[in-house]
Amino acid sequence: MTDYTATVTVRLKRGVLDPEAETTKDALERLGFELSGLRSADRFEIDLSADDADAAAARADEMAERLLANPTIHDYEVAVEER
Amino acid sequence: MFGVTVSVVQFGGSNCDRDAVRALGHLGVDAERVWHEDGLPDDTEGIVLPGGFSYGDYLRAGAMAARAPIMEEVRDAAADGVPVLGVCNGAQIGSEAGLTPGAFTTNASARFQCEPVHLRVERTDTPWTAAYDEGDVIEVPIAHGEGRFEIGDDAYDDLVADDRVLFRYCDADGNVTDDANPNGSTGNVAGVLGERETVAVLMPHPERATLPDVATSTDGAGILEAFA
Repeated sequence: MTDYTATVTVRLKRGVLDPEAETTKDALERLGFELSGLRSADRFEIDLSADDADAAAARADEMAERLLANPTIHDYEVAVEER
Repeated sequence: MFGVTVSVVQFGGSNCDRDAVRALGHLGVDAERVWHEDGLPDDTEGIVLPGGFSYGDYLRAGAMAARAPIMEEVRDAAADGVPVLGVCNGAQIGSEAGLTPGAFTTNASARFQCEPVHLRVERTDTPWTAAYDEGDVIEVPIAHGEGRFEIGDDAYDDLVADDRVLFRYCDADGNVTDDANPNGSTGNVAGVLGERETVAVLMPHPERATLPDVATSTDGAGILEAFA
């Protein structure tokens, strides 16, 4: 078994309104920053042990499917690194 | 309609459970609060998932409660035809648990909104709307920060084709318009049916529009009367 950190990034699907990101963008503009867009995402860093990186990624993928993301509105990515 | 004993499932952070019990009692429905860790009582014949802020809305509103063990029992009961109604946070829990299609997410305003709204009754041939006439406009309050119904274009078409929209936000005359949409919901959808017509969720609070002593509108009573 090897120790890994799986990073799951969950973001709204393209085209799904993100009022929090819009509000954050507006606030940055009020502070005088110039920007043309802003997207936000949730990032989960999961420490786990697995036989190999594929097994770690598969487990993190299932975590995203079953809880961390809502497939109706979210896309997600999984990246695995040895710890 | 159903004439059943209702379990109102209380999670940590539920706060409309007592209101639901009281409103149901007013309609002559035998209802009791059930702490989620205790599981559903054997005599459960109807289920309300009440409003509130279960688990502090961590991750997504309803996400944690939807994965609580009692929800397995709720899903099994729903599949057996036990009537299940999710209100507000209960609607979020129901959709997160897969009882009903779609998702409820952050209001387009990015604000918590607590206000009376008008709903157009889209179907009257369900237990939840049998008290109304088709096209009726009812006034029921909302109180939510994450009530925007999202489902994706294809799934929305299926939802409409399957006639599973129960209520839409509308103006006082029943017109479904953008101005009458409080939270940016797709198609002004305020409530939907599950796979069975005995399962429904809605963001507005019928239990806050039932008791004549405390509510300005009692239009919501017709929804809860399904259990009577």
